[in-house]
Amino acid sequence: MGKILMKGNEAIGEAAIRAGCLNYFAYPITPQSEVAEYLSRRMPEVGGVFLQAESEIAVGNMLFGAAGCGARVFTTSSSPGISLMSEAISYISSAQLPVVFVNIVRGGPGLGGILPSQADYFQATKGGGHGDYRLLVMAPASIQEAVEMVMTAFPLAEKYRNPVMILGDGLIGQMMEPVEFPEHLRTEPSNKDDWATNGMDTRKSSKPNLVKTLFLNAEKLEEHNVILKAKYDRMKREEVRYEPYNTDTDYQALIVSFGTMSRVCRTVIDDLKAEGFETAMIRPQTLFPFPEEPIKQAALKESCKVIISIELNMGQMVEDVERSVQGGRPVHWYGKAGGDVPTPEEIIDVIKSFVS
Amino acid sequence: MQREVMFAGFGGQGILLIGNILAHTAMEEGYEVAWVPSYGPEMRGGTAYCLVVISDRPIGSPIIRNPMHLVAMNHPSLEKFAPMVKPNGVVVINSSLIHIGSDRDDVDELLVPANDIANDLGSIKVANIVALGAFVARSKIVDFEVLRKCVQEQFSSKEKLIPINMAALEEGKKVAQIK
Repeated sequence: MGKILMKGNEAIGEAAIRAGCLNYFAYPITPQSEVAEYLSRRMPEVGGVFLQAESEIAVGNMLFGAAGCGARVFTTSSSPGISLMSEAISYISSAQLPVVFVNIVRGGPGLGGILPSQADYFQATKGGGHGDYRLLVMAPASIQEAVEMVMTAFPLAEKYRNPVMILGDGLIGQMMEPVEFPEHLRTEPSNKDDWATNGMDTRKSSKPNLVKTLFLNAEKLEEHNVILKAKYDRMKREEVRYEPYNTDTDYQALIVSFGTMSRVCRTVIDDLKAEGFETAMIRPQTLFPFPEEPIKQAALKESCKVIISIELNMGQMVEDVERSVQGGRPVHWYGKAGGDVPTPEEIIDVIKSFVS
Repeated sequence: MQREVMFAGFGGQGILLIGNILAHTAMEEGYEVAWVPSYGPEMRGGTAYCLVVISDRPIGSPIIRNPMHLVAMNHPSLEKFAPMVKPNGVVVINSSLIHIGSDRDDVDELLVPANDIANDLGSIKVANIVALGAFVARSKIVDFEVLRKCVQEQFSSKEKLIPINMAALEEGKKVAQIK
């Protein structure tokens, strides 16, 4: 199959089907409604379930229930909708169930606006729901990468028995780019007999599986949290993904940027290179686990004077960048939150002001 | 080399569609492409626009303040976007609805009475395809023959619409060739 021109939202829907996910529960919200529109047509064609719930709160609990039964399941939403699902995300994390969430982020707080934004960095990477849990968070910078991340998200969610979140934005959702889909269709979650409440007869087992999140005994709850932490630590060891750009030069400034914003930064780096001014970028593809070590290494390069975290928000990822650099170099932030994506020219001025 | 085209007009004029067809054509020719729509809080009958970026290497920022070319299908969109076009770009003006010029002497301005031509062909709905044909013929941004194939493909599920759209494309090309 060759390349086809496809809108990000539609490509995300198709990618989930290709990953073998035949259960989609959602509630429409701009700028991701085309996922639901696409899947309302496509799911019946492949024998899957398209279900428009009465609210995002209901969606979250439907996902919890379906995943508990061992069904591969996902949803898509945008910021305020994800807030409504956050209670369920906390329960799903505690119950250790695999669910894939896609957040096509819009500007906030509150109802905010519908233009491109990365304002949900904290919500995605630091919780959003209550309790001591982590999501594995990936951020695509192109439609092709969104497809690949969605297709990777399901096996990762099942490997860790943990929710995975894809953090996009309005541009990723609305833009069309050429995409190629792998043909491979996955089927059932491979390890589900270990945890799914799918019936002891079905799995020919004498041991019941239990989906629970209540641990009133201090020792039991401690033990549960230690098990969860061990998973998050394993993610930090095994799942860090990032893309270095122009890092083999003697760059004076290191940019850290993800998603849509990182594309603008790539243009900036090319334009500055043409002027004879070298800059470089680490683009986190996973936001949790965060590429702490690669950023630290790149920041400490002899030629590097400053690190600039460039984001579509008022300064969130910069805290993780500071944590990674550990004071070795000055770390700055630049960003916009209203929905206007900064132009390459704007960022060039900012970088020059920080370097000089 | 990267080239950008802004298509702009009223909602309902098929602006997003002609952007889509151009992006598809460029992709068929092997270019990297991005199609970025306006999806802001627009009103019915308000402006609709989309930007098509065509490049021979991976596209960095798909958000462009100064496009190389403009296809303006109504008056407000010409006023809004004409000042932003890069020097030497092509500016197609739908002269059936727009009675002013681009007010630029450093661009290649092309007046196309797209609505009138479309009406003569039998349907005002193909005015967008007239403008697309004129734009591609003048800018040579993609191969016209590949464009013909892509227009045909676009309407493959509504075959009876193919002849009028092909005719619209050719009429647009004719206008572009009169200088």
